[in-house]
Amino acid sequence: MIRPSGPDSLLVIVPALNEEGAIAGVVKSIHAHVPGVPVIVIDDCSSDGTIAAARAAGAFVLAMPHHLGLGGCVQAGYKLAYELGFQHVIRVDGDGQHDPRDIPRVFERLRVSGCDLVIGSRFVEQGGVHFGLVRSFGIRFFRLVLRPILGKAVHDPTSGFVGVNERALAVFSRSFPLEYPEIEALVVLQRRRFSFEEVPCKMHPRTTGRSSITALKSLYYIAHVLLGVFVNVLKFDGRRHWINPNPPGGSDG
Amino acid sequence: MDSLLNVTTVLSVVLMLLVLVSLRRAHIRVEYSVSWLLAAAAMLVLSRARPVLDFITRRFGIPDTPLTLFLMAGSVFLIMFFRFSVIISHLRDDNIALAQRVAILEFHVRNLGSHEE
Repeated sequence: MIRPSGPDSLLVIVPALNEEGAIAGVVKSIHAHVPGVPVIVIDDCSSDGTIAAARAAGAFVLAMPHHLGLGGCVQAGYKLAYELGFQHVIRVDGDGQHDPRDIPRVFERLRVSGCDLVIGSRFVEQGGVHFGLVRSFGIRFFRLVLRPILGKAVHDPTSGFVGVNERALAVFSRSFPLEYPEIEALVVLQRRRFSFEEVPCKMHPRTTGRSSITALKSLYYIAHVLLGVFVNVLKFDGRRHWINPNPPGGSDG
Repeated sequence: MDSLLNVTTVLSVVLMLLVLVSLRRAHIRVEYSVSWLLAAAAMLVLSRARPVLDFITRRFGIPDTPLTLFLMAGSVFLIMFFRFSVIISHLRDDNIALAQRVAILEFHVRNLGSHEE
């Protein structure tokens, strides 16, 4: 039975689609670096043995009845975590590119800083990792776009290594972008005066499977997310908080 | 011009018949057929009422009468496509919420089962 343990309970969610080759290693590595913390693999209707591999490695599995896409999958995890009463949730991708050794650092920052969302950033230190031309352009472009909207710089807006606290969890369990959620999620939180921080993290090259992000998809991604960002800005309820994104005692709007 | 209007008339009738047959076979729900029937009826009326078309053409300064017919038909179908996009978006949101709920309930059932064992 999965239950939150104490006031600083943590749950790790791992969205996965056809990650049979990597998922067991990811789950075992998470268990090794944050022992005692439950891990839920959210399977987006994989056609391979992802579910069996995750269960064999000791994870709980939340299996989607059909393919929902990354946002729908992650939101299902947030909904479950919120219903179960967890205080903190950290999302780690199922392809093995995020290093579970960074989870304690993200959790510590989440717990101590009082901010609502912590991004495991690939670019805060050491120059980060190298992507293709279009993806690099996309990340730089969104840094520029998000800077005035968020009121502070974000180095890695597309990172899927993200920790949230209970307040952000409450928001995301109700409203979460369905496609390419990372950037829009930042704007959703900022609209509610929630704060975020970045923690430097490592990213490993993918060892199994292959990325679904092609150059063409990257361009579609840029257009789609840009529209999503501006839709969220237009939803703005009239309270001006461009200057100070981290006021004391901010509440869910 | 007249042959073009005749073609439009035939297309309108075919569209209406298609919608009615689909309704009878329950391939389309009544609430979604109304827009198509109205659009087909509008096209039928316009293609058979030449003076009305000529009046609209003159009134809006459109250079050609057939162009008026296609502009109006195009506008109606654009609005319908938008309406259906809205409906599809709602259905997709509902579908995702239901799928998430099913997954979460299955998760609870499975964990209750393993807990009882």
